[in-house]
Amino acid sequence: MRRLPWTILAWACGLVFFFPVLWMVLTGFKREADAASNPPTWVFAPTLDGYRQVFDRDLTPYLLNSLMASLFSTLLVLVLATPAAYALSLRPVAKWQDALFFFISTKMLPAVAALLPIYLVVKELGMLDNVWTMVILYSAMNLPLAIWMMRSFLLEVPTSVLEAAEMDGAGLLVSIRRVLLPIVSPGLAATALICFIFSWNEFFFAVNLTATRAGTAPIFLVGFISSEGLFLARLCAAATLVSLPVVLAGWLAQKQLVRGLSMGAVK
Amino acid sequence: MSSATLEKVPARPASRRVGRAPSRRDRWSRRAPLLPALIFAIIVTQVPFLVTLYLSTLSWNALRPGSREFTGLSNYGTVLSDGRLRAALLNTVVLTASSVIVSVLLGLGLAILLDRKFPGRGIVRTLLITPFLVMPMAAALLWKHAIYNPAYGLINGVLGGDTDWVSQYPMVAVVATLVWQWTPFMMLIILAGLQSQSLETLEAAKVDGATAWQTFLHVTLPYLRPYLELSALLGSIYLVQTFDAVFTITQGGPGTATTNLPYEIYLTTFRKFEYGEAAAAGVVVVIGTIVVATFALRVISGLFRMEVQR
Repeated sequence: MRRLPWTILAWACGLVFFFPVLWMVLTGFKREADAASNPPTWVFAPTLDGYRQVFDRDLTPYLLNSLMASLFSTLLVLVLATPAAYALSLRPVAKWQDALFFFISTKMLPAVAALLPIYLVVKELGMLDNVWTMVILYSAMNLPLAIWMMRSFLLEVPTSVLEAAEMDGAGLLVSIRRVLLPIVSPGLAATALICFIFSWNEFFFAVNLTATRAGTAPIFLVGFISSEGLFLARLCAAATLVSLPVVLAGWLAQKQLVRGLSMGAVK
Repeated sequence: MSSATLEKVPARPASRRVGRAPSRRDRWSRRAPLLPALIFAIIVTQVPFLVTLYLSTLSWNALRPGSREFTGLSNYGTVLSDGRLRAALLNTVVLTASSVIVSVLLGLGLAILLDRKFPGRGIVRTLLITPFLVMPMAAALLWKHAIYNPAYGLINGVLGGDTDWVSQYPMVAVVATLVWQWTPFMMLIILAGLQSQSLETLEAAKVDGATAWQTFLHVTLPYLRPYLELSALLGSIYLVQTFDAVFTITQGGPGTATTNLPYEIYLTTFRKFEYGEAAAAGVVVVIGTIVVATFALRVISGLFRMEVQR
């Protein structure tokens, strides 16, 4: 059989790629001295010290900021993107292709070129270090992605279903609620997942526009390494904690993930 | 199930009921749902660029109060003759191209491995996508401190020696971290492509006496082309803006060895406070991006046309 070498090779690749993550999780349960040993410690008595220190340093407000920025920006994006996607697919405006390419082009413009004016305006408005600033910026960041995705989901709605609803005299709102929504709700979920992931992980705007009050989870991580002495175990504990929500969500929704990452292009 | 980038021509002819010339009201009722998103995108993404354009004509260092006079294009002169910016441009190209190419190739290999059935395929797939799901900042810190560290990092811990990986091979260190994170992304897209390939074509190739390698080279690879292009294109869009890994692992150093454009402009803005120059550099980057993006959009349009034909 040629199956066995294939299986071994595939498993080996999977383990190699996963190993750094495993190492991160393991290190989070070590004592600092074991975490910084050379050669590396493979056998150790697990401890929760690292995790305790992470919470002693007040991780919670950073997690809540991340949660707020990600959840509210995801909601805003869906509210803006879904009607827009409708106007670019089922009942298209005249120049729907131009509009679609306009949105994707905003994704290609480098964030760094907009940083200075955004920083100055936000400062002028007194909105530095404010979660709502991040909500707005993350919404703009994810909007093109969401529109492309929602459009690809709406295009899957069979025309006949909509026409049948129209024939039955269903108004626009009724056919949206009764016909469209049930069909595209998996699509909405996939879009929400992707928007949430990208907002949760965003660092560039967060590091430049937030500080102690509105700092998000990645900002917390950066603050960790400035300290003297050994810090690897608690750093790994913190890194594991802040990565956990997205890792779990991604594991559970692998199929939606592919669709979302390819902006709806790959089904 | 999985079919490539399937787009239909707009499902209904635009205005069947209203005849050839749609009424004003009809046009606006079509536009209305689009407007909030369009206006939002213009305000948050386009207006800042216009402001950047304006700022780029000012001689403005935030550390020198009151200095904010119009200097025309002199910032552009400074920026274009600045060795740092040229270095940053080159670094951006090297960093983006090498991470995209390596991760697409690795992703292709892994996708081929996963395309076959074997015991535990679902678990291996789950293991493989995990690096992409780890927070990029967490990944950068993990690689810098737990893996590359010369004193207690995993590499030296296992291989011995006291090589300082980050300062001796800074670009490789950054690219390796990015490749580790982005290979799963490429793999997922290419795998979806492989699994949408029809078995009949492959069978036909077999019947015609093609070897596995010939089939791969002449049947599978051409079929995968749009998927490879899509993954490379999307990867480039994200990787060209790499900031977290540079910020964490090398701080752009040693010297300017790994300073890419996002990091260089960040330094000019928030470390040197040369607002005028930072804005000019931003405009140069945007122009560069437009050139690259025009090419990229052509690729997308190509995919688009292909979809429409199906």
